Amino acid sequence: MTTNKRSFLDALWDFCCSLKLTLFTLIMLAATSVIGTVIQQGRSPEEYLRVYGENTYRIFEKLGFFDMYHSWWFLGLLALFAVNLIACSIKRLPRVWKTVRNPVLAPDDGLYRTLSNMEEMVSKQSPESLRGKIAEYLKTNFAPARVTEADGKVHFYAEKMAWARFGVYVTHASILIVFIGAIIGNVFGYKAYVNIVEGTETSRVWKRGGSQPTPIDLGFTVRCDKFSVTYYEGTMRPKLYKSLITVIDNGVEVKKDREVIVNDPLKYKGIVFYQSSYGPAGDPSFVLSVTERATGQNQTYNLRQGQPGRLANGLPFRVANFAENFQNFGPAVRIEVMPPGEPVRAFTVLKNFPQFDAQRGDDFIFSLDDFQQLQYTGLQVAKDPGVWVVWIGCILMMVGSIIAFFMSHRRVWITLVPLDGGKTGIKLGAAAHRNQAAFEMYFDDFKKNLKQELNS
Amino acid sequence: MFSDQIFNYTTLAYFIAMVLFISFIATKSKNVGLGGNIAAWIGFGLNTLAIGWRWYESKSLGYGHAPLSNLYESVVFFAWSILLIYLLMDIKYKQRALGAFVMPFAVLGMAWAQMMPDHSKSIQPLVPALQSNWLTYHVITCFIGYAGFAIACGASIMYLIKVGKEEKSGGANTPAGGIMSMFPSTRILDDINYKAIMIGWPMLTLGIVTGAAWANYAWGTYWSWDPKETWSLIVWFIYAAFLHARFTRGWVGRKAAWLSIIGFGATLFCYLGVNLVLSGLHSYGGG
Repeated sequence: MTTNKRSFLDALWDFCCSLKLTLFTLIMLAATSVIGTVIQQGRSPEEYLRVYGENTYRIFEKLGFFDMYHSWWFLGLLALFAVNLIACSIKRLPRVWKTVRNPVLAPDDGLYRTLSNMEEMVSKQSPESLRGKIAEYLKTNFAPARVTEADGKVHFYAEKMAWARFGVYVTHASILIVFIGAIIGNVFGYKAYVNIVEGTETSRVWKRGGSQPTPIDLGFTVRCDKFSVTYYEGTMRPKLYKSLITVIDNGVEVKKDREVIVNDPLKYKGIVFYQSSYGPAGDPSFVLSVTERATGQNQTYNLRQGQPGRLANGLPFRVANFAENFQNFGPAVRIEVMPPGEPVRAFTVLKNFPQFDAQRGDDFIFSLDDFQQLQYTGLQVAKDPGVWVVWIGCILMMVGSIIAFFMSHRRVWITLVPLDGGKTGIKLGAAAHRNQAAFEMYFDDFKKNLKQELNS
Repeated sequence: MFSDQIFNYTTLAYFIAMVLFISFIATKSKNVGLGGNIAAWIGFGLNTLAIGWRWYESKSLGYGHAPLSNLYESVVFFAWSILLIYLLMDIKYKQRALGAFVMPFAVLGMAWAQMMPDHSKSIQPLVPALQSNWLTYHVITCFIGYAGFAIACGASIMYLIKVGKEEKSGGANTPAGGIMSMFPSTRILDDINYKAIMIGWPMLTLGIVTGAAWANYAWGTYWSWDPKETWSLIVWFIYAAFLHARFTRGWVGRKAAWLSIIGFGATLFCYLGVNLVLSGLHSYGGG
């Protein structure tokens, strides 16, 4: 029983460490991620029902396809990915640690045979006279050597960039660190939004996610003093969305008239406000002037949208519609004159072209002098205490993968064996844990130069 | 615009290079291969000049942003990145036949860019979301990553052709003759495949990280599972699988080459497919 249990645990452990599991998880993560890019995420059930129909909807719903990146099976895959990373590191790291901390200082023939870069030669000089030369050569051409004497043999061991072996583990750990950062952000942070009408303030924002947005108390107050959109000259291409924001904490204006624009958020007490959207708040109001063609008499009206006014001849009229930019002609209103018992007469008046309405040939000439439309600014609000952990993870990921790909742990062993007649047998071996091809060429030069050095 | 003209000459130079590289495989003449290489260098020089000039033109118009902001600009920069990685590989391996399988990507890209309507080619000022230095870092890193994958894909296609031919002619010991004799050995092709991905993958990682940093700065979320983000992650997973496959017996060679080709297919979908087929945050300006 115990052996059975033991072997099952062993098998499970081997499974968790296996490279096959790595390939499986990576390919499964890649393949399943496609689903969420094809099926739009986080829409309303009605929308899904309309697109997919009853039956498919139910199946997709069960499989969590409508919020698949948070579904139990996708999170399970990510967890499997993490377990695999951790298990691999636990299994391999101690061995690598040993290679780095306790390298083989006195290699035997067996080790030399395993090295692909190997050379043997015989020198007429004695081990004692060679010893200094070799130590010096290694120091100037490669790295200072550690010298060991055993059984009359002298062993040299020199290495470069031993730490490069940890690059892979730094990369792997960095992924886990990013996961941890993401979890911290999810547990202790939130994503919210708030719409603030110009001139008003709020201390509550609305948390996203879940079926209903839930209110969150900020603990301070945010006021929007003004919102504006600027366009590139002569176009409708937006140049700048700008909110002027004031933060009031305990009755004190701690930030006054701070400009919040896209790509330049406002941060206060760990909560960040991002310029995100805008829109009209309430009905606009207008200043219209109407000139009677016959008399040249002029009258000014202050009207909200839809509010009726009365012309000099008694006919009612109103502003039916408003556009901030009508077909690139700038602000425009749609005026409706409503003679009783007759069809409504509707026409457009452009603010930038006050003479335009005269061409209509009516008894009354309209022009739009001014209008006022209050805007609201839409701010994204985020609190994410885990974001720094994520960035640390990202930096480590870059550093780790550069080390893992481009740095190589290179080792050189030299053993001097005293031979008869004062001669010395020299064994020379070297290994690199990356980019063997380049190291082979390096080793060829290395041994050629060493021979010359020793013979001189 | 003057830069458009230089882009035209760039396309021509790349096309000539491609034809010469293909002729090199057929004629086995070293001079033809050298000619292809010279044409590639000239094209790369012109491409660089044209991008620089377009930047200057943008400055003269009073905008001054790097020409990396719409589809047209991204395609010509993609061609530039492909040439950058290809020429680096050429310096290291001197395998001219590779050019016949890599240049078509650059030629197709440039030709497509040239055929775009004028309003797509015009220099437009940046909308608020793109007004950030992150734009430059994000685009450069992503496209150098993509370019690495393009070269890896070219090498993988050559690898599969060569391995297929060798197996047909019986055993890997008899090197395939004929046209195939100009192909690098399967060992070198495999190495080029790996090296190109070794450049591409960290660059893509950096591209994803800079994208996440920018998203966090602009919208307050470093990751929102937007289709473009997700597809970049899919590409990242595929090449991560490729890198690990090399340590697994039974996955080297053929399967690794296929993974590399599938990876580049996913890369192209990430770059273009997402914008053409799916909806999301990455609209290419006036593209």
